[in-house]
Amino acid sequence: MKKNIEELLKESILILDGAMGTMIQRHKLEEEDFRDGAFENHSKPLKGNNDLLSITRPEIIKDIHRQYFLAGADIVETNTFSGTWIAQADYALEDAVYRINYESAKIAKEVANEFTDKPRFVAGSIGPTNRTASISPDVNDPGYRAITFDELVNAYSDQVGALMDGGVDILLVETIFDTLNAKAALFAIDEVFEKRGEKLPIMVSGTITDQSGRTLTGQTTEAFLISLSHLPLLSIGLNCALGANLMRPYLQILNEKSPFAVSAHPNAGLPNEFGKYDESPEMMAAQIKEFLDEGLINIIGGCCGTTPEHIKAIADLAKNYKPRRILSEIG
Amino acid sequence: MFLKLSGLEPLIVTPESNFVNVGERTNVTGSKAFLRMIKEGDFEAALAVARDQVEGGAQIIDVNMDEGMIDGKEAMVKFLNLIASEPDIARVPVMIDSSKWEIIEAGLKCIQGKGVVNSISLKEGEENFIWQAKQIKRYGAAVIVMAFDEKGQADSYERRIEICKRSYDILVKKVHLPKDDIIFDPNIFPVATGMEEHNNNALDFFRATKWIRENLPGAHVSGGVSNVSFSFRGNNKVREAMHSAFLYHAIANGMDMGIVNPTMLEVYSDIESELLTHVEDVLLNRRPDATERLLELAETVKGDGKKKEVDLSWRNVPVKERLSHALVKGLVEFIDEDVEECRKLYKRPIEVIEGPLMDGMNIVGDLFGSGKMFLPQVVKSARVMKKAVAYLLPYIEEEKDGKSSSAGKILMATVKGDVHDIGKNIVGVVLGCNNYEVIDMGVMVPADKIIETAIRENVDVIGLSGLITPSLDEMEHVAKEMERANLQIPLLIGGATTSKVHTAVKIEKHYSKGQTVHVLDASRSVTVVESLLGSKKNQFVEDLKLEYERLREHHEKHRGLKQLLSLEQARENRFKIDFKQQDIQVPNKLGVQVFSTIPLEVLVDFIDWTPFFQTWELHGRYPKILEDEVVGQEAKKLFADAQAMLQKMIQEKWIEARAVIGLFPANSVGDDIEIYKDESRSEILNVQRTLRQQTKKTSGQPNLALADFIAPKDTEINDYIGAFVVTTGIGLEKWVEKFEKDHDDYNSIMVKALADRLAEALAEYMHREVRLNHWGYASEEFLDNESLIQEKYRGIRPAPGYPACPDHLEKIGLFEMLDATKLTGVSLTETLAMLPAASVSGWYFAHEEAKYFGLGKINSEQLENAAIRKDVSNEYLKKWYSSFMIDN
Repeated sequence: MKKNIEELLKESILILDGAMGTMIQRHKLEEEDFRDGAFENHSKPLKGNNDLLSITRPEIIKDIHRQYFLAGADIVETNTFSGTWIAQADYALEDAVYRINYESAKIAKEVANEFTDKPRFVAGSIGPTNRTASISPDVNDPGYRAITFDELVNAYSDQVGALMDGGVDILLVETIFDTLNAKAALFAIDEVFEKRGEKLPIMVSGTITDQSGRTLTGQTTEAFLISLSHLPLLSIGLNCALGANLMRPYLQILNEKSPFAVSAHPNAGLPNEFGKYDESPEMMAAQIKEFLDEGLINIIGGCCGTTPEHIKAIADLAKNYKPRRILSEIG
Repeated sequence: MFLKLSGLEPLIVTPESNFVNVGERTNVTGSKAFLRMIKEGDFEAALAVARDQVEGGAQIIDVNMDEGMIDGKEAMVKFLNLIASEPDIARVPVMIDSSKWEIIEAGLKCIQGKGVVNSISLKEGEENFIWQAKQIKRYGAAVIVMAFDEKGQADSYERRIEICKRSYDILVKKVHLPKDDIIFDPNIFPVATGMEEHNNNALDFFRATKWIRENLPGAHVSGGVSNVSFSFRGNNKVREAMHSAFLYHAIANGMDMGIVNPTMLEVYSDIESELLTHVEDVLLNRRPDATERLLELAETVKGDGKKKEVDLSWRNVPVKERLSHALVKGLVEFIDEDVEECRKLYKRPIEVIEGPLMDGMNIVGDLFGSGKMFLPQVVKSARVMKKAVAYLLPYIEEEKDGKSSSAGKILMATVKGDVHDIGKNIVGVVLGCNNYEVIDMGVMVPADKIIETAIRENVDVIGLSGLITPSLDEMEHVAKEMERANLQIPLLIGGATTSKVHTAVKIEKHYSKGQTVHVLDASRSVTVVESLLGSKKNQFVEDLKLEYERLREHHEKHRGLKQLLSLEQARENRFKIDFKQQDIQVPNKLGVQVFSTIPLEVLVDFIDWTPFFQTWELHGRYPKILEDEVVGQEAKKLFADAQAMLQKMIQEKWIEARAVIGLFPANSVGDDIEIYKDESRSEILNVQRTLRQQTKKTSGQPNLALADFIAPKDTEINDYIGAFVVTTGIGLEKWVEKFEKDHDDYNSIMVKALADRLAEALAEYMHREVRLNHWGYASEEFLDNESLIQEKYRGIRPAPGYPACPDHLEKIGLFEMLDATKLTGVSLTETLAMLPAASVSGWYFAHEEAKYFGLGKINSEQLENAAIRKDVSNEYLKKWYSSFMIDN
């Protein structure tokens, strides 16, 4: 019986995995890789719909999970960032949502179970979708919304149910650029929990888009924290958009204000002019060392451009540090 | 802990925060003016009311749409959605105020922050109360609970505390709502009504408030303050004094939140003492004649009361600055009059747009770029811009003699493989606001669709957007396709991962006929398009070209210093093939073979026609090009002529096809390939000096050299290499001369172009012969022409002078080894070009993992190393290598 994650969080800094997309890109996959055996006759191009690889190329995805576990990750994220019918609608694959999430969860668990040295967790990755519930895509009609809260709840419910069926240990609502989308995700999660009579720890992670210190939809870090604190979260944190250096001031805010554990999975720096992230594992670890010196963090990992080498560098560093103290006030 | 709420910014209610003002004017039940705006659908005015509240000091705004004549749910949703686009308003939390649950729920679905529900109660029983509270918790809001139960509204101190206690216990024990998220409204009722039973209304409220704060930990107290002065409607001075005095005492008893009109509030210490005494007599029920005395006094103190002004000092600056201010702050209120004033300062209305308005938008762009403004504010600025432009349009039209037209047509698309369109949509609306017609093609749009639509719709500008990194490559591809399609339309590049440098280095240079511009963010799009389509286009484009050229140069240098590996590092990261003897096929026939009578007709099927059309500057892929809308007609005609001449060339044997190939034992030694005379591998025939990529690779990617594809000598595995020289140029000169003598340029170019194609076809044909027969490693290969062109077979035939081995000097050894000049008639010029030109030479590599690659840039370290290996001077080599050297 493995120790529960709340206990582990008190003892040590937990390591989250790094980028999935960056690792998939290494494989130079072609259209057929996204189709084989499952979507052969699908009418739309599917290349780039990475979530499908859990079904068509599970060995590739499993290997990526394995590499992250080997690098020292305690938690890997399922390959389900776009696993909602809203995100899949662009590929006309709304029907594939259950399989994407179920298979992704299942294969990630299979890999986690290969490891017996210490507890290894699988977090179901729940992305933001590609629609914003609180901004209009049409400035001539600022009251218009391309997606509604109810649609989001519906999409997230399907995803959460399938992830739970597939056996994930944690739910991770991440890359939140519109807090209303995330509120819909939490709403769905809470409903699904009630229906199933079963709860999982919830991690949420927002995206501060630039040095204005705000989310895409304009919230400050603290407003973001307040807006999502109504469920007893395992952790709240930040990911994507920024490298570790630029993320630090906002993590300090979370450290100061959050009653939950604090997580961070920054990018490997900012993308260079060619969209590549060129911060080396050493460079990134050096910046993360500052977080650790300041005691800001409970869970640390990587987002865009990070690789098992980055995670290894971070894990090697983090094991020398004590985790941030969690001021748990929520019962 | 504390009650924590949020809009775009946090609002934390601490004991020190004294009192939280809730703005009450966006309430159809409390404000006739607001009701009229909603009824008439004048949401802009309604937003101005909200903004006025926030600017006037409201820390939360209460929104109420409960009115029989309007669809309350729809109005709530619409108004909240509109507020979300107004950062000045949205920065504060929202209080969703309704007596209808369905309106409350609809409102909760619109707010990203943590708001407050106003209100729920035990009026319809415990079950309903619990369910609603649970949903509110799930939506992430705090809640106001009215002192109301199944029996009715609490009107005494005892009833108030009884209901509040019961509600509190249910919320805390059954719903598990955080205690700090509970706010009680113990009912503020009017005083001085003339009815005796109302005399204790204020006092009971104060006492109940005190009890709640002392006995229900965490819970807060709120109320609608203006109710208390209901009897003095029409006398603002008295009402304002009553509000202030009521608040003063309520706050002293622990009320920490209230719905008040901050513009209808006197400062407590500023209330005249006589009035204050009379008011407090009423509120605290201090004397039986308190009401009469206040009514009496009220007759003498009528007045307009005190209105708090919003800060309008910015109205005092010169008009151009006012326009900038309005754009930056997103204020539409005065825009028409300011634009009108400005219009009179300029000769032409368009100059107002090009001058002060654009200046304002540039300030917005700068602020946005430096993180001092954020997206919703920029969107608002765009709307102010739109209003300003709309105001000017009639004047612009007038000037144009009534000819109405859009400023230009812009095609916008998120490129293939990418589904992110938020940024693109924003640019679309910003442009739309500025009178451009925007054709939005949506997401995942392939290059051919973009080009087709651009041509069909005759657009003035194409804008590409993308967020994910692979989109960068796709944009490059679109640019190349636009070049092929002969377009001249300006191309805008935007999206989170794009950059000016990337645009300069990877995109702009591929599109020579039209100008490519990187657009940093939406706010810049208007200025850029304006410049591209305006009268100063030439200057703008010239400046851009210069700038991009400079960026490319800088990038090259920078890159060279930063990203090249040392030769040693590059060699360490070579491509390590796991060679096995059993994988290597011994060629069926070693040594040199000559083919001098290859029938031309066998080559026809191997011709790749696409480059043929390129020679004629007709761009498009064969055979699709024949049906092309623009060049199809021309292409068909050309193709027919080509076929006719090709037939003649074949039948009348205008030219000869000759080839020499050689297959030899070989092994690699470092970056060199030793080629041996025979299988004894004792006599070296030639050493091919290959060059190695030095560019820093992403993890897992090797630094390639051709030598990597041949088994190293120390593995003691016997490997092989091939070499070839082919030509279809023998006899050609005669025909070229003949046509030129007749001044028939068309046929002169035609015959050369066909000979070139035949030479390539011959190379392809011979490669196939080698794979299938002479070497024989691929005896079971059935490929059609298309697959051949796409090089789907095993093995490669890189040519010296081409990307994998740009070193032309390697041709010398190649020719010597094959005795090629003697056997085929192809010679090398001083500059190492082949004569006749319709010739191809190269190497054959057979390993399954051999692949084409580009060498990229190398540094002088490798040059010096190559010079030693080749036994030539550095200076000599520099001349030949200059095009792929990084330094100097």
